[in-house]
Amino acid sequence: MGLNIAAQISSFLAALVLLSAFGMLVQKRINGLINLFAWQGLFLSINTALVGYFAGKHHLYISSLLTLSLKVVLLPYILHVLVDRLKIRKEVESVVNIPTTMLIGIALVIFSYHLMAPVRELSTLITRSTLAIALATVMIGLLMMITRKHAVTQIIGFLALENGLFFAATSATYGMPLVVELGVALDVLIAAFIFGIFFFHINTAFDSLDVEQMARLKEED
Amino acid sequence: MKPELVIIEFLQVAALLGLAPAFAGWVKMLKCWSQGRTSPGLLQPYRDLAKLLSKDVVLAENASWIFRFTPYLVFGTAVLAGGIIPILSIDLPLAPTADVIVIVALFAIARFFTALAGMDIGTAFGGMGSSREMMIASLAEPAMLMAIFTVSLANRSTSLSQIVQVIYSGQSVIRPSLAFAFLAFVLIALAETGRIPVDNPATHLELTMVHEAMILEYSGRHLALVEWAGMMKLFLFVALGIASFAPWGIAARGSFSALPGALVYMALKLGLVGTVIVLVETGLAKMRLFRLPEFLGAAFLLSTLGMLSYFILD
Amino acid sequence: MNSSMTLLIVLGIPLVSAAVLAFVGDRKFAPEINILGSLATFGAGLGLALEVYTNGPMLAGGKFFFVDAFNVYLAVLTSFVSVTTALFSRRYMRREREHGRVGHVGMRFYHAMFQMFIFAMLLCLLTNNVGVLWIAMELATLSTVLLVSLYRTPTAIEAAWKYFILCGVGIAQALFGTVLLYFAAEKVLGEGGDALLWTNLSRVSGSLEPTVLSLAFVFLMVGYGTKVGLAPLHNWLPDAHSEGPTPISAVLSGLLLNIALYALVRCKVLVDGSTQTHHAGNIMMGFGILSILVAAFSLLRQKDIKRMFSYSSIEHMGIATFAFGLGGPIATFGALLHMLVHSLAKSSIFFTVGHASQMHRTQEMARIKGLFKGNPLVGWGLMFGVMAIVGMPPFGIFASEFLILTATIKDAPLWTPFLLLGLGVAFAALLRRTQSMVSGDVPDYQKPLTPANVPVILHLALVLILGIHMPAFLNQWFHTAVELLK
Repeated sequence: MGLNIAAQISSFLAALVLLSAFGMLVQKRINGLINLFAWQGLFLSINTALVGYFAGKHHLYISSLLTLSLKVVLLPYILHVLVDRLKIRKEVESVVNIPTTMLIGIALVIFSYHLMAPVRELSTLITRSTLAIALATVMIGLLMMITRKHAVTQIIGFLALENGLFFAATSATYGMPLVVELGVALDVLIAAFIFGIFFFHINTAFDSLDVEQMARLKEED
Repeated sequence: MKPELVIIEFLQVAALLGLAPAFAGWVKMLKCWSQGRTSPGLLQPYRDLAKLLSKDVVLAENASWIFRFTPYLVFGTAVLAGGIIPILSIDLPLAPTADVIVIVALFAIARFFTALAGMDIGTAFGGMGSSREMMIASLAEPAMLMAIFTVSLANRSTSLSQIVQVIYSGQSVIRPSLAFAFLAFVLIALAETGRIPVDNPATHLELTMVHEAMILEYSGRHLALVEWAGMMKLFLFVALGIASFAPWGIAARGSFSALPGALVYMALKLGLVGTVIVLVETGLAKMRLFRLPEFLGAAFLLSTLGMLSYFILD
Repeated sequence: MNSSMTLLIVLGIPLVSAAVLAFVGDRKFAPEINILGSLATFGAGLGLALEVYTNGPMLAGGKFFFVDAFNVYLAVLTSFVSVTTALFSRRYMRREREHGRVGHVGMRFYHAMFQMFIFAMLLCLLTNNVGVLWIAMELATLSTVLLVSLYRTPTAIEAAWKYFILCGVGIAQALFGTVLLYFAAEKVLGEGGDALLWTNLSRVSGSLEPTVLSLAFVFLMVGYGTKVGLAPLHNWLPDAHSEGPTPISAVLSGLLLNIALYALVRCKVLVDGSTQTHHAGNIMMGFGILSILVAAFSLLRQKDIKRMFSYSSIEHMGIATFAFGLGGPIATFGALLHMLVHSLAKSSIFFTVGHASQMHRTQEMARIKGLFKGNPLVGWGLMFGVMAIVGMPPFGIFASEFLILTATIKDAPLWTPFLLLGLGVAFAALLRRTQSMVSGDVPDYQKPLTPANVPVILHLALVLILGIHMPAFLNQWFHTAVELLK
């Protein structure tokens, strides 16, 4: 299998990651969102393992395994359990309507492509074209956090953003040094704990997870 | 112009005219089977057409020339499109004159005139159908063009025959852009040909109709032509999809002897696609009209992503 | 004592204290453990500073840690303020406990996370690895998120949520910037952990690709800038700093903002070395001035006392960012001094504010009155603290602001009116409010209490001393740091 095939498969997986990001952007049901997030993690870990195999970087196998266990198994499981316990209504409202959100998402993809052009010129890796996709995933995660009004969706947007960052690290540099990867994973895990606790607090205090309720701290004139 | 080419062209158009009702009948048959009903048989559309052709035309008093002209126009454009899309062979003499964008335009002309005809007599249902159809078209056209552009970019030409040739020469590989374009095309085809989840072709409730509402007033040979054109449109969209994404089986340039094989391949592929259509139709429910922008927006999204990923990833 | 040992102690003590306090944090002697742990850390920090002062910058732990004049000064400041805050927290949290605002589990969590937070900040300062810097920064945020929502009121939860989300998003951008930095570094330094070491990076910064580094700096600016509280990314700060327990507000305002600015400045040094333009500095100046102006004008509209002082933190961080962006020896010296005195003055203000709000059972300024008469230490402490923070001579902030202003007039005169406008508006707003709070008669709902004297007096005294006469060693220290930041 040549490097060319590797680059093609990697591009294909990158496209799937982007597609799942868009899917999350337009998905209205929370369970669907969580499943899409799991799929995104799966595509990412396969991509990482693939890059590790073709580029001969064995520490990427560990990263891939880490992503798999954390983002495909553990986090979606925690999220599903939380959604069940909190008896969340499965629908999700958004600030802007869905077709407009999609258009903004497309604009973000184009924007990240332009932004990453100089880096792409300089890179010599097989994954260099996927850096723009990675940044686009980060931006779409950000868009998701901004346009959704539900706490769980905002967190999933945050995790999708994190996915994009991990993807960027793999695309730009064959992964950060292992120390950093482990540290980032640790942070994600702690963040997961914290937001789990948070959901319960929010639910207890506000009786719903609608973020719009949390708008009391404003300047008064 | 070589006589073989003319024969090929003729054969293709004949296949289109002859087999489109069979395809529609096949889809109907499968649908009945999947719903546990007895089907009226594969040849029922032929019988329907024959019946309609023998009947009188009943025209409203205030029908203008548009109303009378449209069925012929719609039929004509469908046949013309059939002459351009490679169904049996890529050796079509008309091919150099028109490319994919022309095909889209031909369908657009047909739709435009059908919409006018729907409004022509002034009935409420006709107008409603026309406005709905135009709304769907306004959303589906850009997406369709994007998807077509992506395929053209990947295969370096907008002429369908050229596209098939490029695919045959083995230059295309698994491109994510084509995958996106394919998904988008499927969604758009469902919208353009008026299948579930966009429009229910078998509905008898006028308020849920889109395409049927526009042709509600037609009768006799006019209705026969319009119905036949509808069946041909379905056939042609499937053929378009096959030619763009999975053309293996279509006779290559100058290969006369591969024609019977091409016919067989075509029949097989159509049978498969018909099954998929029925699966989709029985699996999904018709969407509310106001959710159509989301559906078509998703199609637009996929096709744009396809085009972008062509630039970004390839 | 060898330097690695000292370092180990500096980092190890908070970690161990955190572990211990996780179990015994709700007992009577827990605050004392907290104070002792912080004191030990401070002692070790001083030892480290002494070594660096005499021997120059040093690497430790196999290049994993790097200590030079810049970060050891911040490390000593951090451990010092943590001691005084621990002192303050002892009286304050006991009161809160009595009022029933925190329970058993809450107290254990509070004490453990307090030490964990100190650990994260010190790790952030002392590490040589830019990636670990990020991790520690995130850890510092995460350890305080749940502390902000400790009281479990709707507003506290809202503040903590905003803090979590906005800082999380910001720090994610900073991670992307770090990835880009690593990308540029890999080309020159090869792969592996060495490419992320700041010492290596600053050595080869001339050969790092300028386009990539300027792009990386934009992301790093947005990311770490959010943590510093620069406008327009500052929305989380007033909420987070006003809703948590006061000791936490004090360390967040006084310490964490400094550390985020430290991270930003380290990155700026790399970018400057690579691009050889003033690009990064200009960006910092722009954000700095914007923060100053936004904060100053927002100060006029505040009704909650802690919120008001949080905006003041934004303003002062804006001043420091502006000064670091301006560059040059005078401005950098001023910025370093500013970080020090702002930290001391702001935490002292928060101490007195905490007491004031406990006395009146509210944080609304309209309801807080008569502090001079009711509790002279709190009243005068607040008054002096505010005088210090608005930049009145002879307090230290006047000195740092004066230096920065001088440098601005010399190097970037067009920015001077904005700087003066911001400073002026803040001056007026803060003094006006404080005036109404300290004067007047004692309202009948005011409850007496014994304030924590030592922290307040110590901080204010230091700020005063630094304003009047800069000790020679500190002068020397700053000059060394300025050299490093060229």
